[in-house]
Amino acid sequence: MKDKVYSITFGGIGGQGILKASEICGWAALFAGYHVKKSEVHGMAQRGGSVESHVRFGKRVYSPLVPMGSADVLVCFHLEEHSRLQPFLKKDGVDLTDFLAQVTAAMASNPRGLNTCLVGVLSAKLPIKEEHWMKAIETVFKGKGVEENKNIFLGGRKLGQS
Amino acid sequence: MAKTKTSNQALLSGNEALAYGAYEAGLSVACAYPGTPSTEILETLAQFPDVDAQWSVNEKVAFEVALGSAIAGARSLFACKHVGLNVAMDPLMTASYTGILAGFVIVVCDDPGMHSSQNEQDTRWVALYSKLPMLEPASPAEAKEIIQEAFKISERYDTPVMLRMTTRISHTKENVVLKQRQVPPRPEFERNIAKYVMVPGNAYQRHILVEKRLLQLQSLSERSRFNRIEKGDGKLGFITSGVSYQYLKENYPDASYLKLGMTYPFCDDKIKAFAKTVKKLVVVEELDPFIEEHVKSLGIKVAAKDPSFRIGELTPDLIPAVVAGEVKQEVKAAKRKPRLCPDCPHWATFAALKKLDLYVAGDIGCYTLACLPPMSALHSCVCMGAGVTFNEGWHKGAPGKKIVGVLGDSTFVHSGITGLINSAYNKAKGVILILDNSTTAMTGGQQHPATGLTIRNEPTKKLILEDLCRVCGVDNVDVMDPKNLEEFRAILEKRVNEDALSVIISRHPCKLLRR
Repeated sequence: MKDKVYSITFGGIGGQGILKASEICGWAALFAGYHVKKSEVHGMAQRGGSVESHVRFGKRVYSPLVPMGSADVLVCFHLEEHSRLQPFLKKDGVDLTDFLAQVTAAMASNPRGLNTCLVGVLSAKLPIKEEHWMKAIETVFKGKGVEENKNIFLGGRKLGQS
Repeated sequence: MAKTKTSNQALLSGNEALAYGAYEAGLSVACAYPGTPSTEILETLAQFPDVDAQWSVNEKVAFEVALGSAIAGARSLFACKHVGLNVAMDPLMTASYTGILAGFVIVVCDDPGMHSSQNEQDTRWVALYSKLPMLEPASPAEAKEIIQEAFKISERYDTPVMLRMTTRISHTKENVVLKQRQVPPRPEFERNIAKYVMVPGNAYQRHILVEKRLLQLQSLSERSRFNRIEKGDGKLGFITSGVSYQYLKENYPDASYLKLGMTYPFCDDKIKAFAKTVKKLVVVEELDPFIEEHVKSLGIKVAAKDPSFRIGELTPDLIPAVVAGEVKQEVKAAKRKPRLCPDCPHWATFAALKKLDLYVAGDIGCYTLACLPPMSALHSCVCMGAGVTFNEGWHKGAPGKKIVGVLGDSTFVHSGITGLINSAYNKAKGVILILDNSTTAMTGGQQHPATGLTIRNEPTKKLILEDLCRVCGVDNVDVMDPKNLEEFRAILEKRVNEDALSVIISRHPCKLLRR
């Protein structure tokens, strides 16, 4: 389907790096040549409120919000938020919550990298080449921790492919 | 895929796109007071060394500095959130009469759904009220294009131009193409008393020109490429603006559209012509029935949303019910509520206030979250600065109650100072707590006069709050660290029981600053 719009819903709570994760995904889709829309609400994110970010990409994207029941992938960062976010996922959509325990365990010594690792898992489910993800990580981290995040990403990508 | 050239593209938010658009259009001066969802416009502009960007003390000040600069010949911009515009209404209404010399754009970010605001006023009415043109983009990429047009309209029609965003567009990111900056030649500043001194005789003459200008702008609205007709199958037609357009396109790809990017003055002829081409006509817009009422006033038969949908933000999922004219079904969002950070100094301050069982008049900042249970220790929030003035009013309305006012360091400078002078002048009593965490925390940590740093973190003259309070005529000024719990409570208790006007500066830096 050439005109397909891919929809990803990210969610969790403030401070988990959700916006950065969706930022990497948005840039990767841009570098892959797609039209991208990414929506986020961060008014009170730092205050520990629910955080949600939607990324959609395709030939032409209209709504910046993912309609209910249409997300191809759900990236949930916090189990308590899952029941709220689950309705975004389409029937045969991929729920990355199944990977959350594995990713949390893999990042036990470096919990700040959880978001990048989950993006790695996500990358295995989307039609975007590895080189575009790498370029996105370089763009988003702007020289600070680029190599470390690339490694974390590749670890996550392997998990997602297995 | 990868056919598009991506090297000159960036993934920018609506606010960032506006900043880049204005920069490319040769913007010289930009002023704002922080306010979600508008804050990133100035933060982005401050990254361009050739833009003179500032955090102003409040929106009225910001508006006047930017307007003055436009009247003197520099392309200028003022940005605010919807409630911020209320603070700037005084200069705005008369700026419509004076006009400008170089382009002047007023960016206003509305907040349908109140993601981070105290009301959801619809700023489109201000365009009608002030007789200023209003542009309304539907995406970040369009925002960048439209702000460049706004500067041209401003100069061609000698008018400030309003540009309305909403939270959803301000905080959506999209591919945006970046271009070179082009600075137009700066017009020569000259004295022009008839144009810029709005005494009654001059203002009367200017009002005549304002009404003429409105007619010219209406004819521009008819021609504008931002008021675009998209032909569909003719069964169903939508008149719409902003993000509603995107949601509709998603749900009704075969319908006809009149997509309004210039929402005031209206393009009456285009609306009438469009109405004739479709069997069923529906207006879809967020918040107030601004377009709906106008279309109805033209005698056109049109369907619109049920009034219950004037409340809150629209989403793609609500669109079918909106179009069908159904009543809104309220669903309880199980979203996690924001709260003060775990070791925030405000916890300590409010613990003391709670212990003394005080009536606490508040204003707007992180500390407003102290209204939430279990703390429930803040009892009003209307607007910035009102912690001071409500203290005075509550003492008058409920004598004998133990009342204090609280506000933040940034909001005290924003609009608390005049209230404090009023309290001293009118012999009011009570205790005002300035919760000084040395930043504008709620909007993400912006500088202000009492931090001693500019928007670019350069050192500048620092406002000393305790000195200022003393010269305002306050009887007692204490500077305390609220984390010294016992000492803090003792002083608070002492001051609350005195017949005096006191200020306690509760000073402890925001934990987000130390990250």
